[in-house]
Amino acid sequence: MIKGIDALMKASDLPDAFTAEPGSTLAFKTGDWRSLRPKLDREKCIYCAFCYIYCPDGVYQDMGKDEKYFKPDLDYCKGCGICAHECPKKCIEMVLEEV
Amino acid sequence: MAKPIGLEVSLAVSEAVRLCDCDVVAAYPITPQTHIVEHLSELVANGHLNAAYIPVESEQSAMSSCIGSSAAGARTFTATSSQGLALMNEMLYIAPVLRTPIVMAIANRALSAPINIWNDHSDIMSVRDAGWVGLFAENGQEALDLTIVSFRVAEDRQVSLPVTLNIDGFTLSHFIEPILLPTLEEVAAYLPPFKPLVKLDIAKPISMGLLGTPESYAESRKATDDVLLGSLSVIKKAFAEFHKAFGREYKAVETYKSDDAETVLLTMGSISETAMTAVDEMREKGEKVGLVRLRVWRPFPSEDFLQAVSKAKNLAVIDRHISLGVPFGPVCLEAKSLLYDAPARPSVTNFILGLGGRDVTREDFKEITQKAKALSGKSQSRFDLIGVWE
Ligand code: SF4
Ligand code: SF4
Repeated sequence: MIKGIDALMKASDLPDAFTAEPGSTLAFKTGDWRSLRPKLDREKCIYCAFCYIYCPDGVYQDMGKDEKYFKPDLDYCKGCGICAHECPKKCIEMVLEEV
Repeated sequence: MAKPIGLEVSLAVSEAVRLCDCDVVAAYPITPQTHIVEHLSELVANGHLNAAYIPVESEQSAMSSCIGSSAAGARTFTATSSQGLALMNEMLYIAPVLRTPIVMAIANRALSAPINIWNDHSDIMSVRDAGWVGLFAENGQEALDLTIVSFRVAEDRQVSLPVTLNIDGFTLSHFIEPILLPTLEEVAAYLPPFKPLVKLDIAKPISMGLLGTPESYAESRKATDDVLLGSLSVIKKAFAEFHKAFGREYKAVETYKSDDAETVLLTMGSISETAMTAVDEMREKGEKVGLVRLRVWRPFPSEDFLQAVSKAKNLAVIDRHISLGVPFGPVCLEAKSLLYDAPARPSVTNFILGLGGRDVTREDFKEITQKAKALSGKSQSRFDLIGVWE
């Protein structure tokens, strides 16, 4: 288990000096900050990787030469819409996150 | 038996840092602190102290370097004054939560404006909430001794916090006094090697200086406050062991002829020695007056303070700083808030003096004593600024 600062932690349970082990932000799922989610139209996608490169959170995963598309990890996508803005084919739509 | 040598107090602090075998000094010169780091740079350059001396470009960088070097496990020292301390401000609040022990001597000096290089306590008072342990020295020997004690307290794993050692600028820092220098061996026996609580280590990496979300920020501040409050017992133990090793005794709250005193004066720093002489002179004339001095300013030694002053009829609190916009000075505010719930409490009055290097004389303490007696049982609406021309 990667030790970090959990969302809820008693003062007495906090690690000394408020430190964390490397990679601990993996345990910090930021996906619930999102109000819009990127939705891909795979028909129009040309597999150019702009979305993969521009995503500031680096959440796009390359699905490989056979699948030929990039898939966002929604555990961490914050819904900023940069991928949709940068996509040259305008095949990413930001849709309202349903609750 | 070692003999005292005549030494400028600033240099005595530098010599104490050498005796503590400090690893890193990161500092920027500023009056009246300059002699401390200047002498340290000489000690390093001449091979008398095996340390890295980092001549940084500002105090903000000095404190950043200190936090980094302490986090890497190095015994760390810096010194500053006034505007330099103000320029460190954002880093000062970070060091305690990161639990990085650093010893910083402050040659206390007034804050601008107007530009003033002389002594008062406005610099340290402006950072009193930052989370550092705060000690005050009254003379040269204490400045040397408390530098050694500061390293011991800062690096104690139960504390692991930065410490400010306050010495009044010029009136203490630039005086030449007879000072006993302990040996390296004696200091090494008192001050164990630095074993950091947390450490930046490539072999076992950690992240320091994390984001504290609304869900964890409050807990982290509380945890730091718990450690700071708990450090008082470690400070007292360090004083007791210093007494055993070197024969000189220090207390969190020092008292002088205050046991049977009707009127007690409360001071911090080098003016306490002038106040003691004034107390002696007033006592000779039959005045039942005494003196209480805060040696430890943070964590505030609440119980020792209450014990020292609660029997008195009048308590005259002396501040060296105006908290602009508030009717009383910072030391008085602490005293009043603690005494509010006390079953028996003296009549508290507040006097501010010695701002921006204005001379503090024995006569000032005599005037304060008379004024405190005259105000006994009455309420004072605002501090009395002694010697101000109006
Ligand atoms: S919406 Fe923003 S965070 Fe989410 S995948 Fe697109 S670029 Fe990345
Ligand atoms: S930027 Fe658009 S076209 Fe390019 S890979 Fe991403 S979704 Fe496909």
